Amino acid sequence: MEYVSPEGLRSDGRRPMEMRQIRAEIGAVSKADGSAIFEMGNTKVIAAVYGPREVQNRSQQMSDKALVRCEYSMANFSTGDRMRKPKGDRRSTEISLVIRQTMEECILTHLMPRSQIDIYVQVLQADGGTRSACINAATLALADAGIPMLDLVTSCSAGYLNSTPLLDLNYVEDSAGGPDVTVGILPKLDKVTLLQMDSKLPIDILENVMQLATEGCKAIANYIREILLENTKQLEYRRGS
Amino acid sequence: MEQRYANCWRLTVNEKKFIESSLLSELRVDGRGSLEYRKLSIKFGKDNGSAEVQLGETRVMSFVSAELVQPYKDRPNEGTLSIFTEFSPMADPSFEPGRPGESAVELGRIIDRGLRESRAIDTESLCVLSAKLVWAIRIDIHILDNAGNLVDAANIAALASLSTFRRSECSLGGEDGQQVVVHPPEVREPLPLIIHHLPVAVTFGFFSNENLVVLDPTYHEEAVMTGSMTVTLNANGDVCAIQKPGRQGIFQRVIMHCLKLAHVKAADITTKIIDAVEKHNIQREVQKVKRHSNCFTD
Repeated sequence: MEYVSPEGLRSDGRRPMEMRQIRAEIGAVSKADGSAIFEMGNTKVIAAVYGPREVQNRSQQMSDKALVRCEYSMANFSTGDRMRKPKGDRRSTEISLVIRQTMEECILTHLMPRSQIDIYVQVLQADGGTRSACINAATLALADAGIPMLDLVTSCSAGYLNSTPLLDLNYVEDSAGGPDVTVGILPKLDKVTLLQMDSKLPIDILENVMQLATEGCKAIANYIREILLENTKQLEYRRGS
Repeated sequence: MEQRYANCWRLTVNEKKFIESSLLSELRVDGRGSLEYRKLSIKFGKDNGSAEVQLGETRVMSFVSAELVQPYKDRPNEGTLSIFTEFSPMADPSFEPGRPGESAVELGRIIDRGLRESRAIDTESLCVLSAKLVWAIRIDIHILDNAGNLVDAANIAALASLSTFRRSECSLGGEDGQQVVVHPPEVREPLPLIIHHLPVAVTFGFFSNENLVVLDPTYHEEAVMTGSMTVTLNANGDVCAIQKPGRQGIFQRVIMHCLKLAHVKAADITTKIIDAVEKHNIQREVQKVKRHSNCFTD
């Protein structure tokens, strides 16, 4: 199948290096300490953060750092065919682990010993790149909760189809069976914390695709920073100072 | 969830400090260079498709089996490949019996992604009757002893067992040509799987000091390290999977450097696997030859 037309356009009308429209909203869950909705095109994700709070299971308590937990789930209605997926299948267990370890890297856990931080992310609409959207939503929610962080982690995916590197794959491109590289970076430190890739790709092309995904991450980081700044201004305005 | 810090607790602060400070002077606890693998040995079982891999003290067993099943509706002409991991509580005190934990799931997914998404096994040749019957290949990986770097050991075990696996031959018969006949191994020689390439996993460990990169981390180093990356690639230098699940952030140039190193190591391991498989195949052929003692008497 043709994923990039001779005119250089993709199936949804984007250019190869173009990202989907991103939109973020802070404060989606009223009971949570921090929450956010993050949209990348038709992919929509909600994240809620609780904590730092007392550790629920005493045996997991750590005296030198906070315990971070993460749960990823996909709503039954998030995909085209409505399927009842068993909770805790292999895919979501792995994604939960990946998100947790990525967020753990940026949270200053040593400042909150003997406490626990819970991150819940749920996919409301899935159209490719759910892993990245979840990480971006979780970053926003953590920032909203006021949890001390080293940096904002942002994530973006990139692929390689029809010998062209493509930024931010949608579902059709993702399920084409081509390579899919998901990168998560700490934008200020310029370090890569998350890197996942599958299918087959020579090393030198991988470098280009990874670079493209990193650029995407940086663009998302700028956007998230803007949203947070806007939110802070709003809060300040409401306080009336 | 509970097992993630289990082996950190087992080490004392002094031990951790010792490992880290000796790494700074380019020394590893077991006397290896920082970019050296432990000794790898591959043994094969009596049955086709079973292999036991020993990487240093880490021991992993893998067993491949096949059965005829109905294919998935969206892929009527393709056989299936599934991977199951079993972390025996015998191998490590932090492994708990019952449902596979997070690390077992992650291990399975890394191997699965490397093998399946890169199409290492030709699944179309596993089709017997389109939309009716295909072979379902199942790889069972058992961890027998955990001394660090389970991913690489398990991946090598899976590859070795897949390379020696033989499935019974099938043919279509009957009046309508829809009857499937499975020939027992005595009647017709079982067939090997068609393997396009061998994706080998190579794991790196990272430490809080940015300049430290270690290949094939041991159990103790795993407790100290702050991040890891597994690169799965074949001998041609195609990257089939990468897994760097969060934790310690590293620069992109370090990643590229690791990829190049991994390519060399993967080629090494590939030749080791192929050699071992060939040796095993020759041995099996030799065993098959029936000798009559009186032929050689004079």
